[in-house]
Amino acid sequence: MPQLVPEDWAPQLIWLAITFGLLYVLMVYVALPRIGKVIETRAAHIAADLAAADKLRRETEEAIAAYEQALAEAKQKAHAIVDEGRAKLKAETDAERVKLDKELGKKSAEAERRIEEAKNSAMKDLNAVAADVAADIVQRLIGAAPAKPEIEKAVETVRKA
Amino acid sequence: MISTAYAADDGHGGGGGLPDPMHQFEIKRLFELELFGFDASFTNSALFMVIAICLITLFTVFAMRRGSLVPTRLQSVAEISYEFVASMVRDNVGTDGMKYFPFVFTLFMFVLVLNMLGMIPYTFTVTSHIIVTFALAAFIFLGVTLIGFWKHGVKFLKFFVPDGVPFVMLPLLVVIEVISYLTRPLSLSVRLFANMMAGHTMLKVFGAFVVALGFLGGWAALAFMVAFTGLEILVAFLQAYVFAILTCIYLNDALHMHH
Repeated sequence: MPQLVPEDWAPQLIWLAITFGLLYVLMVYVALPRIGKVIETRAAHIAADLAAADKLRRETEEAIAAYEQALAEAKQKAHAIVDEGRAKLKAETDAERVKLDKELGKKSAEAERRIEEAKNSAMKDLNAVAADVAADIVQRLIGAAPAKPEIEKAVETVRKA
Repeated sequence: MISTAYAADDGHGGGGGLPDPMHQFEIKRLFELELFGFDASFTNSALFMVIAICLITLFTVFAMRRGSLVPTRLQSVAEISYEFVASMVRDNVGTDGMKYFPFVFTLFMFVLVLNMLGMIPYTFTVTSHIIVTFALAAFIFLGVTLIGFWKHGVKFLKFFVPDGVPFVMLPLLVVIEVISYLTRPLSLSVRLFANMMAGHTMLKVFGAFVVALGFLGGWAALAFMVAFTGLEILVAFLQAYVFAILTCIYLNDALHMHH
């Protein structure tokens, strides 16, 4: 077995120590820092990107919340304006109606008064006509004209009855 | 010095006409070198270790050359291997174990690339040598034990005393715990080495069968080899993974003394 030749051990051990030691130094000072740096940079980059994405997401959420709040406020304001308008309109209408009612009442009172007046004057005329007619009838029946106040009094009594 | 036992071997030794399946594991000195009285010759094993660390370094640096936020395919592979080992350490050791992540990453990539390089024909599999895997395992074992004592002081010895055990049983159980702890480097190294050596030997043996059985019978052996190569690639990855994850588990034991 060539493995068990003690004369060959020393050169193998010496070169193993040289090459392994050299490789260790090369790895520690040359290769591993480069690989490690790239991996760390990438990890940092990804972390930064994730943080930025998270920040943007939060900002979007804030914007959405602000928008929704503004929308709600606008709706509320619109409702208030509508209510206010309606109330104002109602007040105006009511005032108008009250005014109109008053006017109408006044007009109807006036009309009633005029009707009453007309009625009264008509009644007075009627009394006069009735008295005349009655005087006439009495004259034809008895041939004598009664006194005018007497006839008026009689007509009044009959009408009242 | 080249071992005399294998010096004369031409790769077709072992008698019987079949090529020696162990020939592929031989250490060849590409050029001789001596440092402080030790034989530090540049061998085929050393060559593949150098190729492996060059590949790993060039791959990671080239893949990450732009370091773009959206990774290219190659960059993804580099990042996936990083994340794979990082999550392995995080899950098995915890966040306080992340300071050992560079070591586990180096270990995993080193073993993985050495195993994978071994799957290419005509290459040498460094991890098929027990001395290499044992050296790695022993280094891990010593390191983990030192971390345990440095972190917990003498209390780390309580790691060998299981909780809720009758007092009479303790001497026996402590001995078992200590033995099982001490065999960790052995099991860790033999697992990797044996898997690599067995797989490559099998491939070589069946490769010899393909030739020996000739044009008529060789196809069956060839079909087996194709399937077995797929399995071996899986084993190459799996053993690197197991080596790394056991290192993590040992580290976790040392840091947290979980039983």
